[in-house]
Amino acid sequence: MNKIFAVSAVVIKEIYRRKDFYVLFFLTGLITFVMWLMNFFHDDQIIRFIKEICLFLILISALIISVTTAARQIPAERESRTIFPLLAKPIARWQVMVGKFAGCWFATGFALVVFYLFFGLVSASRDHTLPVAAYFQALWLLWQMLGIVIAMTLLGSVVLSAPSANMTIIFIVTIGILYIGGFLHKVAMGMSEPSASIVTAIYYIIPHLELYNMSELIVHDWPIVPWLDVLIATIYGFAYMTFFLTGACLAFRHKPLN
Amino acid sequence: MRTPLLTMLLLLVLCFGLVAWMDPRHQARVEANVPAGQGTLAGLLGETRQTVADYFYTQADVYFHSGYYPSIFDEARKQEEQDSDVSHPEEGKSGKEEKGFMGPPLDWIDRFSRHFLPSRHTHLSGSAVGEMLPWLKLSADLDPHRIQTYIVTAYWLRQGLGKSAEAEDFVRDGLRANPHSPDLLFILGQIYLEDRKDYPRAKNIFLAAKKEWHKRDDPKPAVSKNGEETKDYLLLERILSGLVKEEEAVGNLQQALRYLEELKPDAGDPAAVQKRIDELKQKIQKKT
Repeated sequence: MNKIFAVSAVVIKEIYRRKDFYVLFFLTGLITFVMWLMNFFHDDQIIRFIKEICLFLILISALIISVTTAARQIPAERESRTIFPLLAKPIARWQVMVGKFAGCWFATGFALVVFYLFFGLVSASRDHTLPVAAYFQALWLLWQMLGIVIAMTLLGSVVLSAPSANMTIIFIVTIGILYIGGFLHKVAMGMSEPSASIVTAIYYIIPHLELYNMSELIVHDWPIVPWLDVLIATIYGFAYMTFFLTGACLAFRHKPLN
Repeated sequence: MRTPLLTMLLLLVLCFGLVAWMDPRHQARVEANVPAGQGTLAGLLGETRQTVADYFYTQADVYFHSGYYPSIFDEARKQEEQDSDVSHPEEGKSGKEEKGFMGPPLDWIDRFSRHFLPSRHTHLSGSAVGEMLPWLKLSADLDPHRIQTYIVTAYWLRQGLGKSAEAEDFVRDGLRANPHSPDLLFILGQIYLEDRKDYPRAKNIFLAAKKEWHKRDDPKPAVSKNGEETKDYLLLERILSGLVKEEEAVGNLQQALRYLEELKPDAGDPAAVQKRIDELKQKIQKKT
């Protein structure tokens, strides 16, 4: 376990030394602030519009941070040949992979906390309320989603040839699942065979990332999700994280490094 | 060391000077090419702006339902967009819950996912209706010729938020882009009649609306090839009713009677108009 934490600590240090997070946080803050300054019919109570844009920017920023970070981990180690001294130490390949995953996931979690603190401030400035439980649920679920995405990206980084190809594919798959993943069954019902069965199978196989996006509930002030459902979603997320991470470890075990 | 620094400073001053010289000319050129009522956003989006304007208008309806809205994959989407509750505010004002569009869940994922989405049909009420106004404003900025956007926004500003001045400004923006719209003139007349109690101005605006209605609808055939009514008699009825109210308010009952008689042939409910004519006649008799 210590070896995994040692690898993850290096990843976390690397992430906060890089400028990605700061730039994305600055851009999110700037765009949200400009939206906040916009005046619609002299109504200073309007907040849902700003909340929607801010949450969208947080989702995009979090995806960029997690995918770009995870996609570069193994290829960068191989390119700079630091993978050899790393593996020369008494550490298994799976421990390196799990350490990389934990580092990316914890660093993304920390970035999410900063983003949500900012979101809470923006929201409270006009709403004059701070639904902590709802924001915690949104943050927690988004973090689980990012865990699945990071595990997928790490698998892609050992299977695909270049980080750019991996990042592009992961972005397309993630955004595709987020926006149409939940409707594939409905779409399949209007199709003829064998397309209908194929689309239905895809629907059941893919990780349903849209479950982890609580933006609509937060924007429109709906009550919080029952905690049992959050727990089930967390277990569902862990199952997919484990699946992709196991795949990544297996692929990495047989991967020639030079 | 000093020479490169001075060169950089000189280049910076040169760039600043060039920008300061070019920017006003560029702005003037842009303004000359962009028709009235089309802002920077519209310029950026070009021909796609109408599609984006439609999307923003639908977003207002989505907000009106607090996010409970069919997706583009739901069959109910087209119907919901056509119904557009935000455009029929009287129905929305009741605040009662309507039947949902979701139906029974298709599978366990669908059932479970509903816990993470708005899953009840509600309508915004009170000051919360202001939340949908940014989308309507953006929609009008992108497509200033969509009259419905101005009508709906003005309604919510006046009836929902009591912001008559803002409604007037917005309708005037609409009139700048659509100077001959009888619908917008009618809304403006209503603001002067009901909110400002400025009867002479309200009368002038209603008369202008009536004139524009005749200019627009008189050349149209009574019924289209599909057998549908082409003239907007409902608008004419509302304009004439506005004039009747204004004349009654200033005590000019004879003129009010003339407007009612003009209204009767095209009214949706001629019997009700006749009843009002009779009541008004009695009033006039009592007065004399």
